[in-house]
Amino acid sequence: MHLHHPHDGHGHGAPAPSGAAARRPDGTRRALRLGLGGPVGSGKTATVAALCRELRSELSLAVVTNDIYTREDAEFLLREAVLPPERITAVETGACPHTAIRDDISANLEAVEDLEDAVGPLDLVLLESGGDNLTATFSRGLVDAQIFVIDVAGGDDIPRKGGPGVTTADLLVVNKTDLAPYVGSDLDRMAADAKAQRGHLPVVFQSLREEAGVDRVAAWVRERLAAWRA
Amino acid sequence: MTRAALLLLADGRFPAGGHAHSGGAEAAVRAGLITDAASLEEFCRGRLHTSGLVAASLAAAAALGVDPGDLDAAADARTPSPALRAAARRLGRQLLRAARATWPCAGLDLLARRFPKGAHQPVVLGAVAQAAGLEPLDAAYCAAYESVGGPATATVRLLGLDPFDATGVLARLAPATDRVADRAVRAAREALDTGVDALPAASAPLLEISAEVHAARTGRLFAT
Repeated sequence: MHLHHPHDGHGHGAPAPSGAAARRPDGTRRALRLGLGGPVGSGKTATVAALCRELRSELSLAVVTNDIYTREDAEFLLREAVLPPERITAVETGACPHTAIRDDISANLEAVEDLEDAVGPLDLVLLESGGDNLTATFSRGLVDAQIFVIDVAGGDDIPRKGGPGVTTADLLVVNKTDLAPYVGSDLDRMAADAKAQRGHLPVVFQSLREEAGVDRVAAWVRERLAAWRA
Repeated sequence: MTRAALLLLADGRFPAGGHAHSGGAEAAVRAGLITDAASLEEFCRGRLHTSGLVAASLAAAAALGVDPGDLDAAADARTPSPALRAAARRLGRQLLRAARATWPCAGLDLLARRFPKGAHQPVVLGAVAQAAGLEPLDAAYCAAYESVGGPATATVRLLGLDPFDATGVLARLAPATDRVADRAVRAAREALDTGVDALPAASAPLLEISAEVHAARTGRLFAT
């Protein structure tokens, strides 16, 4: 699914017209772009923070947040000091977070390019969507792959309900598994439903409060990065 | 040329970043100045005849071939608010990105090279109209319509205003939009002959001031 386009870069020395080209105007390979979407409160920002802590010693990283009406997510990441502030940018979305990641990706593309200009070269840019509904997915013109984050407390019927996020995301993360006994969520049923909706696409059940934490998602990111560099 | 390109360029769904901006409507709603369809109409009428007219003139002049550097400086001089100048350049850059992918041509590549961090959006809009095979009047219409279409759409989201009331407002503003577009083209032709000082400099101080207040506010829905 990688966006290997035949026209790497372009011939005029001006910024690339779209996000799909694999090379930057100076001829270097751009960073891998991963999108994280999912409903409000499912743990997208916590997953981004955990990924930054896990990967920052081995990779050059940056994050773009798409907050709905605040800079809360960007400020959480800054407060947690998961990355230096110049590596975190917030995009404003005009009350429509899915528009900014799918229908009109221009602001996010600018944010990614500005980060690459300012603190690059980068290996990986994580783009976090504002909390949205089950139909919110990233444009393939913006990201190379996307993670959809849901949680067990949001209802164990979400995988069964499907929707583009659950069904088509390159990785489905079912977060907060430690809460399952308290909210009466059936993890086996969620896994079976996810399998039925997604076929061979991977699913990770995680709890960021347990020791393994974000390890399996981080491993998936490393695989993606290896494929992107290959 | 094809006139149909105007529909594409003027469509609010054209992916050039406009959806994140309210054209001052959010600040006006917060200040209690827009509360219903009638006050939205008054707000839009004021915007159309001030920043709308200026934007339409800049766009028409760019489409006529007036130097974009001169026009960008003229736009700066007509935009006192630093927040609005920054937003106009950001939107110009976003529009240029979308347009270069939509109507690829050497002229737009050159513009991107000359303004890597963006030129004022109306200046880019004029150049894009030209690249799309449109006339200066089309560019002026696009800018004039945008100046009221953005706030109307934003107010539907901000107030829960009946969307039919919002479209009614835009329909009632259509004759004034015609006049603004005509006037903008006349000014642009004069600017082609005598320089950018001939362009209108109609200012809306409250829009500029409230844009600065809005930029400093947390918890906003729209960037401007």
